[in-house]
Amino acid sequence: MLKQIEGSHGVAEAVGLCRPEVICAYPITPQTHIVEDLGVLVKGGQITDCEFINVESEFAALSVGIGSSAAGARTYTATASQGLLYMAEAVYNASGLGLPIVMTVGNRAIGSPINIWNDQSDSMSMRDAGWIQLFAETNQQAIDVHIQAFKIAETLSMPVMVCVDGFILTHAYERMDVPDQDQVDRFLPPFEPRQVLDPSDPISIGAMVGPEAFTEVRYMEHHKQLQALEIIPEINKEFKEIFGRDSGGLISTYRADDADTLIVTLGSVIGTISEVIDEMRDKGQKIGAVTIRSFRPFPLDEIHEVLKKTQRVVVFEKCLAVGLGGIVASNVRMAHRGLTTPVYTVIGGLGGRPITRKSLNELFEKAMNDDLEETSFLDLKQDVVDHEIDRAEKFNRSGAIAENVLRQIGVVDVAKTS
Amino acid sequence: MLQVRIHGRGGQGVVSAAEMLSVSAFLEGKHAQAVPSFGSERMGAPVVAFCRIDDKEIRLREPVLEPNALIVQDPTLFQAIDVFNGLPDDGYLLINTGRDIAELGIEKAVARLPEGHVCTVPATEIAMKYVKRPLPNAVLLGALSAITGVIKIESVEEAIKSKFPGKIGEANIAAARAAYESTSTKS
Repeated sequence: MLKQIEGSHGVAEAVGLCRPEVICAYPITPQTHIVEDLGVLVKGGQITDCEFINVESEFAALSVGIGSSAAGARTYTATASQGLLYMAEAVYNASGLGLPIVMTVGNRAIGSPINIWNDQSDSMSMRDAGWIQLFAETNQQAIDVHIQAFKIAETLSMPVMVCVDGFILTHAYERMDVPDQDQVDRFLPPFEPRQVLDPSDPISIGAMVGPEAFTEVRYMEHHKQLQALEIIPEINKEFKEIFGRDSGGLISTYRADDADTLIVTLGSVIGTISEVIDEMRDKGQKIGAVTIRSFRPFPLDEIHEVLKKTQRVVVFEKCLAVGLGGIVASNVRMAHRGLTTPVYTVIGGLGGRPITRKSLNELFEKAMNDDLEETSFLDLKQDVVDHEIDRAEKFNRSGAIAENVLRQIGVVDVAKTS
Repeated sequence: MLQVRIHGRGGQGVVSAAEMLSVSAFLEGKHAQAVPSFGSERMGAPVVAFCRIDDKEIRLREPVLEPNALIVQDPTLFQAIDVFNGLPDDGYLLINTGRDIAELGIEKAVARLPEGHVCTVPATEIAMKYVKRPLPNAVLLGALSAITGVIKIESVEEAIKSKFPGKIGEANIAAARAAYESTSTKS
């Protein structure tokens, strides 16, 4: 059914249609509306046979989720930013134990300095924690990927993190097609756990594993993720047959077939990038994009196939490997092996800085002339950082960087108007 | 594509206005995208929200930089921030005020806009009369419908009803209708 609703509400409805049995909720911006809306759906009786558990922290949210999933309940939670960091130990436990929990991350920057706006640093900090990580490009996909996520998780007995750009998607009111219950029921059978804590048939899970077996247990985790490279597209195909939409899979491409310049990205920024690509295509420039929908497992072969047809690659990402450059780019370079074309890394949109058509247009023009540094920052205020670098060289007690930079830029929040 | 930017202060329902505008367009079978300019908003702080309306899917995710229509819920913002930023020469300007343009001191700034594109509505007063609360957002959507015709007043009423069912919604609908009618006769 077509609805004009907030992205968060769409995700809540989608999760509800998956008949979750335990929802653990702890609020953190920009994810809060999702669990609030789920609370309303449970309380209002639209979601039945479900325990909605308010917990005291994110660490508790996922720890309770681990318990309920191990007891055989279909389990959901959501978080963002510092909340994901606070639950980090449980994040690894959920995957190490092989529990098919689905968790939304409303992508947001990580402090310090504290910042509530969107980038993808939070999900990326957990990229190697053993969870499958799927990134939504649109709110429609956010709905659809959550429905697929439960099936992927339960097929593999492995947790899935659905990454949805905070504010940009979670707080946008848009037209979404919310599936019917019977469609979802046809697609997603009841949860049949691979392992279950059952008093009538007692087992123990979570035993200590020593050097004699740890590698093998870890190998199995890796093996399951490699299996996911096949299962994710299969489940997307099944989804398409029932719902008529291609919303998941490993990657998607946009006007990439004959592109000399290929943008590689993930998440909602592909929307604005597609607009810029159309403008440039109208001028006869051969540019296209590939969007990574599954970041873990990382689809090396599928990306390699697209990269090998192009003259240059620009990885555009909303996160930063401090001291290295790109997080996504270093993964893309793995897929680029054996090719000799240049790969440029561009970091943009950090801490919610708007990514505009104008800036992207200039960036892509530069890329096409091979006039880019290997790693660059979109719309970096060079004069501000130069001034701060200079200050740090001149004075030992140069002060707190964040406060110095704020002082230079001016305390008036320019973001309010631009 | 039509782009609307709404300026106001925390507590005035700026975000709800963008949301209701998007629902109005949706009810007419259009695509619409409403987003707040994200911040840790609080009562009284400047707030901005955006709404895009189009016949096809809206992919663009940047803030509205060149609004076709600008709604200003609080005229004291003219002194605080660059409200007119990006407003093109054929843009619409709708201000919640009982005063005229000269009294607001923005005569020069709006001189470039075409006749009939600048409109003042005492939306807070109208809201106080009908809703008994100083919430100008729904009222201004009624006026926007009148001056631009981008959405029908019936769609605005339906959107208000879905956002605020019951008596509050009915009062807001009456207020929006009053603004629509007074604005239509004025221009």
